[in-house]
Amino acid sequence: MSAPLGKDLVGLEHLSPDQIRLILDTAEPFKEVSERAIKKVPTLRGKTIVNLFFESSTRTRISFEFAEKRLSADTVNIGATGSSVQKGETLVDTARNLEAMRIDMVVMRHPSSGAARFLAERIASNVINAGDGTHEHPTQGLLDLLTIRDVKGAIAGTRVCICGDILHSRVARSNIWGLLKLGAEVAVCGPQSLLPRGIDELGVTVFRRIEEAIQWADVLNVLRLQLERMNAGFIPSLREYNRVFGVTVERLERAPREMLILHPGPMNRGVEIDSQVADGPHSVILRQVTNGVAVRMAVLYLLAGGRPELAEAAKGGGAE
Amino acid sequence: MKPLLLRGGRVIDPSRDLDDTADLLIQDGQVKAVGRGLGLPNGGEAMDVTGLVVAPGLVDVHTHLREPGQEDRETIASGAAAAAAGGFTAVCAMPNTDPPIDNQSAVGFVVKQGAAAAGARVYPIGAVSLGQKGEHLAEFGELVGAGAVAVSDDGRPVASGHLMRTALEYARTFGIPVADHCEEPSLAAGGVMHEGLVATRLGLKGIPAAAEEIMVARDILLAGHTGGHVHLCHMSTRGSVELIRRAKDRHLPVTAEACPHHFALTHDACEGYNTNAKMNPPLREREDVEAIRAGLKDGTIDAIATDHAPHHYDAKEREFDDAPFGIVGLETALGLGLTVLVEGGVLPLAQLIARMSTVPARTFGLTGGSLAPGRPADVLVFDPSAAWTVDPRRFRSKSRNTPFAGWELKGRVVRTIVGGRTVFHSGSGEGGVVRP
Amino acid sequence: MSAAERSSLLDAPTIARALERMAREIVELAGGTDRLILIGIQRRGVELADRIGALIRRSHGADVPRGALDITLYRDDLNEIGPRPVIGETRLPRDLDGKIVVIVDDVLFTGRTVRAALDQLADFGRPARIALAVLIDRGGRELPVQADIVGQRVPARSGDRVDVLLQEVDGGDAVELVRSGAP
Repeated sequence: MSAPLGKDLVGLEHLSPDQIRLILDTAEPFKEVSERAIKKVPTLRGKTIVNLFFESSTRTRISFEFAEKRLSADTVNIGATGSSVQKGETLVDTARNLEAMRIDMVVMRHPSSGAARFLAERIASNVINAGDGTHEHPTQGLLDLLTIRDVKGAIAGTRVCICGDILHSRVARSNIWGLLKLGAEVAVCGPQSLLPRGIDELGVTVFRRIEEAIQWADVLNVLRLQLERMNAGFIPSLREYNRVFGVTVERLERAPREMLILHPGPMNRGVEIDSQVADGPHSVILRQVTNGVAVRMAVLYLLAGGRPELAEAAKGGGAE
Repeated sequence: MKPLLLRGGRVIDPSRDLDDTADLLIQDGQVKAVGRGLGLPNGGEAMDVTGLVVAPGLVDVHTHLREPGQEDRETIASGAAAAAAGGFTAVCAMPNTDPPIDNQSAVGFVVKQGAAAAGARVYPIGAVSLGQKGEHLAEFGELVGAGAVAVSDDGRPVASGHLMRTALEYARTFGIPVADHCEEPSLAAGGVMHEGLVATRLGLKGIPAAAEEIMVARDILLAGHTGGHVHLCHMSTRGSVELIRRAKDRHLPVTAEACPHHFALTHDACEGYNTNAKMNPPLREREDVEAIRAGLKDGTIDAIATDHAPHHYDAKEREFDDAPFGIVGLETALGLGLTVLVEGGVLPLAQLIARMSTVPARTFGLTGGSLAPGRPADVLVFDPSAAWTVDPRRFRSKSRNTPFAGWELKGRVVRTIVGGRTVFHSGSGEGGVVRP
Repeated sequence: MSAAERSSLLDAPTIARALERMAREIVELAGGTDRLILIGIQRRGVELADRIGALIRRSHGADVPRGALDITLYRDDLNEIGPRPVIGETRLPRDLDGKIVVIVDDVLFTGRTVRAALDQLADFGRPARIALAVLIDRGGRELPVQADIVGQRVPARSGDRVDVLLQEVDGGDAVELVRSGAP
């Protein structure tokens, strides 16, 4: 029947293709819930979910909050702004306090890679990774997969190129794992200084010029380029980035086939992507947002409760 | 102190190319005689060491004993005891304490605490620069006069080429080595593990091999230019080994050390964000490990040192980015050397002992590394075939941060003797208290 | 554990006759086909609703609107069951207000499925009346729920299972009783 997901969703790297397909298939009926007049089902009634966001993020947090509320769960938002606040209490203490309050699920975003797994190993509650450092952002990867599947019909055999700052991107990593596991052909494109070592060893093609990527791909997933990268000297300027790597109308016109454009948001219009492209007929950026709520509802549904012995086993494996 | 006769062991003394079954007599704090059928003087103790190895006590030229300033992780006393339990009769204590050991009173403090600890001998290493800030030279003369055996800013590199050059020249006056932690700061900044495929998958910032190799090359060139003795700390990459090999071909005043974790583990140990696999320089790739082993075999790497770096449980119980670098090593070094290098067919036993005792002692001009009659009796007795499992809760060190917990190792310390006095004996107390 | 005992309760022709009677009773209950809506509960209730709809079209010439309801998200036992069940499709006609909704399911047992279906329908609108039509009523109610239209009553013990097999899903029509060997 269905392959269980275990206690937590920390990343896509260690999920099986069947597990990923299960989440995508489960998201379908949840799309329907969001179309109803009464956008609520009682499925997680009485469950307490904490959104623990150590990095500010409006859109991901709101998406999770909608997902939680549409499942009738009770939600609490804990945000930490500024590094001194987030370092004040150790993550271990935060974890133990949450557990002592009998929280059912924690959705966490944290600036350190590995933080989601760290938390998951130490508390019995379900932990959902909403982004840990530059490691993974699994629900984003999943909603990207769902969106591609909606339009293209299947992931297997589809050529997807992820464009931008791959080195610092957790979205890129989650996308790479999910796409490879479902049989897509995966490529990355960006300046060499923003490509991580060993990326080719993962089974990913590397394009150094966006024109080559556009010739090859069926789907472009365009990542946001952050101003900090320029300041840290990885690229000389945002302007040059747009001139050399930007997904522009002119470049897309030379694409040999219908291109699908994804972007995790928020967009830097005029840097990595032109406005006309973002708002154009090939863009599915808004559909990604809609799918985001459905995917998150599916993940919460699949992880929540049902197996008390799972929670016990997970707790036994954690630190003393 | 009663005379002590160690009877019937396999005596290995690399300082005299000796590897034979013999008795060893210790009297008045010295090695009195080595030979067959030695008689036991009146009132002496005889110990039957058939099947065991009798060797010069191990000498570790790179440890962090954390005192003054960080006594929650280790003190000179607990470090000296841990060293003795690990078979070491002498250790050198790096100066990156709080405050750092950059003046003669601080050096004197370490000497005094070491003497009071009555474990392994503790030799202070003084700082290269005041405060280890990398700006002004410390007073090497005063440091050496108070007992320092070398200078280092370890923890950090000597980033300035000018300062390193001056340090090497000035150190020549006192005949001491300058031990450098080779790391180019701008390349390594923010990195937490080796830059490679594992770091990419874990989403962690990497430290490229080139960060070490650039400074190794620089230090070799400066040693050649100044004639000063540079000692390269904790080498980890195949590029570094290659550079050192060519330097030695040209007979430059360069020595090097490598740590057990760099011949036993690769960056795969970081999987699961294991903070006990986080150290600097980081664990590298399979080919680097092979190169370190080959370097130990052909003498490119002179010595095995532990870089024993105690950290508190709380400190390592953190996200990988935030956890401090370093692992303890005094109590696992011999076992790892025997299991990975000797059992693994990389080094014969006598050469392992040379790398862990005779050579480091000679490199830094320390007591130890020899069982020649007349020398101070710094002796190690160990059982080369005893199997044991690493259990950090049994460590003498105050800290437990090791990636080797649960490893099955071969080779166990039976007795450690410093200046004729037994500082560790596995019969008593070793199997006793298990601390949480 | 001794082997389970499977016996046939209804064969295909008997099922067909039951469905024909149910279709007539449904139209009668709704006072005609004007306001009638048939909603099948996933899984096999949907196929049964389709068949009843086809029967009504043949006899009355009217195309009765049909819907499907998956009640998984409204179950009251999600915390006790094992792996999460796969959720089927829910699709309902736009406007339920003032209509006569007949819920169609294959087997009525504890009544919990019907309770979940009523909760779910309440989120979609306010029919004038909701009625329940089931092919098999096997007794064993745990909630005060009744079927208005029943194909056949089959008494079964609590350890038994009543399986409805349909051509569209299982390759053949049958209703079978599975008696467990264990007490």
